[in-house]
Amino acid sequence: MTTVAGTPGVGHTHHDDRPFIRKYIFSTDHKIIGIQFLFVSLFFLLVGGLLAMQIRWQLGFPNQPMPGGKLLPETMAPDGVILPEYYIQLVTMHGTFMVFFAIMPLLVGVYANFLIPLKLGAHDMAFPRINMASFWAALLAGLVMLSSLFVPEGAARAGWTMYAPLSARPDLSGAGLGQQLWCVAIILLGLSSILGSLNYITTVINMRAPGMTWFRMPLSIWALFITAILGLLALPVLSGAAIMLLFDQTIGTHFFDPAAGGQALLWQHLFWFFGHPEVYILILPAMGMVSDMIANGSRKPIFGYHSMVFAIIGIAFLGWIVWGHHMFVSGMNPTLGSTFMVTTMIIAVPSAIKTFNWLGTMWRGNLRFHVPMMHAVGFVAMFVIGGLSGIFMAATPVDMHIHDTYFIVAHIHYVLFGGSLFALFGAITFWYPKMFGRLMHEGWGKVHFWLTMLFYNLTFFPMHILGMAGHMRRIYDPTMYDFLKPYQPLNHFISISAFLLFAVQAIFALNFIISLFRGAKASMNPWQDNGLEWTLPNPAPHGNWAEVPRVYRGPYEYSHPDTTEDFLPQSQKLPGDPEPAAASAAGH
Amino acid sequence: MKWWLPAPASTFAGPIDGMFTAILIITGLAFVLVESGLIWFVFKYRGRPGQKGYYTHGNTRAEYIWTAVPAVVCVGLAIVSNHYWKQIKGRDSVPPDAYPIKVHAKQFEWLFTYPGPDGKLGTADDIVDVRNKLHVPVGRPVVLQEEAEDVIHSVFIPVFRLRQDAVPGMNIRSWFIATVPGEYDLACSQLCGMGHYKMHAKVTVQSQADFDAWLAKAAQGDIE
Repeated sequence: MTTVAGTPGVGHTHHDDRPFIRKYIFSTDHKIIGIQFLFVSLFFLLVGGLLAMQIRWQLGFPNQPMPGGKLLPETMAPDGVILPEYYIQLVTMHGTFMVFFAIMPLLVGVYANFLIPLKLGAHDMAFPRINMASFWAALLAGLVMLSSLFVPEGAARAGWTMYAPLSARPDLSGAGLGQQLWCVAIILLGLSSILGSLNYITTVINMRAPGMTWFRMPLSIWALFITAILGLLALPVLSGAAIMLLFDQTIGTHFFDPAAGGQALLWQHLFWFFGHPEVYILILPAMGMVSDMIANGSRKPIFGYHSMVFAIIGIAFLGWIVWGHHMFVSGMNPTLGSTFMVTTMIIAVPSAIKTFNWLGTMWRGNLRFHVPMMHAVGFVAMFVIGGLSGIFMAATPVDMHIHDTYFIVAHIHYVLFGGSLFALFGAITFWYPKMFGRLMHEGWGKVHFWLTMLFYNLTFFPMHILGMAGHMRRIYDPTMYDFLKPYQPLNHFISISAFLLFAVQAIFALNFIISLFRGAKASMNPWQDNGLEWTLPNPAPHGNWAEVPRVYRGPYEYSHPDTTEDFLPQSQKLPGDPEPAAASAAGH
Repeated sequence: MKWWLPAPASTFAGPIDGMFTAILIITGLAFVLVESGLIWFVFKYRGRPGQKGYYTHGNTRAEYIWTAVPAVVCVGLAIVSNHYWKQIKGRDSVPPDAYPIKVHAKQFEWLFTYPGPDGKLGTADDIVDVRNKLHVPVGRPVVLQEEAEDVIHSVFIPVFRLRQDAVPGMNIRSWFIATVPGEYDLACSQLCGMGHYKMHAKVTVQSQADFDAWLAKAAQGDIE
């Protein structure tokens, strides 16, 4: 374990003589690993976006040659016209990359790694080498998944949910190797997540600085901690299911093949038993970081800190008993459907509590609209829409009509793009100075926020209308159907909005890249935040603190009446503050 | 283009559209409340230099209210949902006199089997494997007996608000009463492979007399 205690003076480390490859490539430093995850998952976010653009081209301009489509091989798009078998690879791999290789590692891989030790006052993770292994397993998983696009017959074709028996039978899906590579990549990713989760949980439990009691932890850390527990319990289920699926495909088992005594619905139960906790893995860290940014931007303590913590725990617990709501019309016993409907209705409550507490935090604040705050407020505004549209699908009779339509496509994008991705744009901007020592450009950040907000809503809101009309997901050519023909202008409109949405992300990409070299040098605490990470120089050195900080209060003491400044760092001692017991031996 | 649900053509459309509208009103109110609060706060509490925020950690009464109100609303919706769900999908909801039609789904077509004059499936006078044409009499309960040959498919008839997966190895019953004569679309709504998008059938709702006449012709092999 890394030990730098005893080195005098913050920022002086004896590790700077490490060779480049140990420092930046095979690093065990949690901050470097977080940054590695950031670059890799932003790359996969771009891949997922490029796949989405092709889906939108086909839906908006069915059977017309795609600009640049001639670059694709004959097996995907002869003369630039997307083939049906390529189209279902596109929808499968868009979902797969976005869920498993973009949003999940961006939230957990990047921010659990970067923030947990920094916000808790630890020198590093509990198991730095396991942490490094977790990153390399994730990268390998991503590369395997990416390679599947280039094998004969192409990538997996059964949707990101990979429903069996279609996924289990190469003769029925038309893809053999691609389906197998999907399973292999998911098994590797599962390994990465399990290793990471073990590390995060151990670090949070054991390595908090003196005075960092459970209820002085920032909500981002609470959310990442609970997320790690979900990941540790959920990913083995997915990995196990993927192994069974791989065996069905390759060595002749029949777990999911009813013709040979298997069970088709078993896959769905296993997948969603993982998949619903997974949905919360994809939103809880975003909620936590948004809480940090909203308190900072409002210059006020978070409203109802304890109920925020209990809401996170409540969501995590209920998240285990709602999976059947993906299966109301699957042929599952309808009485079981009733049970899952009730639990699903109840899980709306903790999300409502969180939303009202964010509003309560802004109420009578002294709001500062820096870019992270704008994205955090945008998150709340968009997450509300995604949360409320979920109630339509929770109502079993209504789900009969909107299940597997664009209504659910709208819903998931309001939660994962309007929710998670807005939170991530905010988080990347907020912690950028601590990662790279420079600030991202404020003006371009605001331009990016407003254009994204505009085109995002123009893209995804009309999908609710398509879903109400009954527009199915994952269909190659909606103009085949008489009842969908009148909606083609709307598909056209959505596609153009989606292209613009994609295009304006270039602003973010350029701002991110150019600021690495040309951004304004950041001060130690540019957002005047209370978190422990802001007591470190930029970028934070290996080993973080020479001397472990002491924590005197909770993380949201903004506008405290006893101070002239409107913020009060967790490690700043006021007269009368008792010294914390040195119970938690951080980093040793 | 209609900015609403498709024109209704089964008895399920009443309760389902009604619930949809009710949820739209409830969530619409919540939406307006939260978003207008958000916008109001953004303008009213915008930062002024030299000022501080109001130092508070919360309010227990407010927490109770905004926990209890959503909880009551959601439980209420759950009770109403369950009431209609049991009527529509409950195992014992299928009317005993429902007219049975077998649906055999396979990549990428629908094969419908109609009972012959004896009104029973599985007998010698069945009219078997009518391809991609579902004819049903208006105003009479019909029960689809769904099975799948290869992968999971899903019967989706938007105007009926009816959806039920057809799963290999299972025989799943799904019933409805069509109310408006006409020609409609039946689509597969579960990704079932490369030809998923073209796996569709035509639904014809007609009077009992027209249906009987069509069935008699179909028995002779003429399904047009």
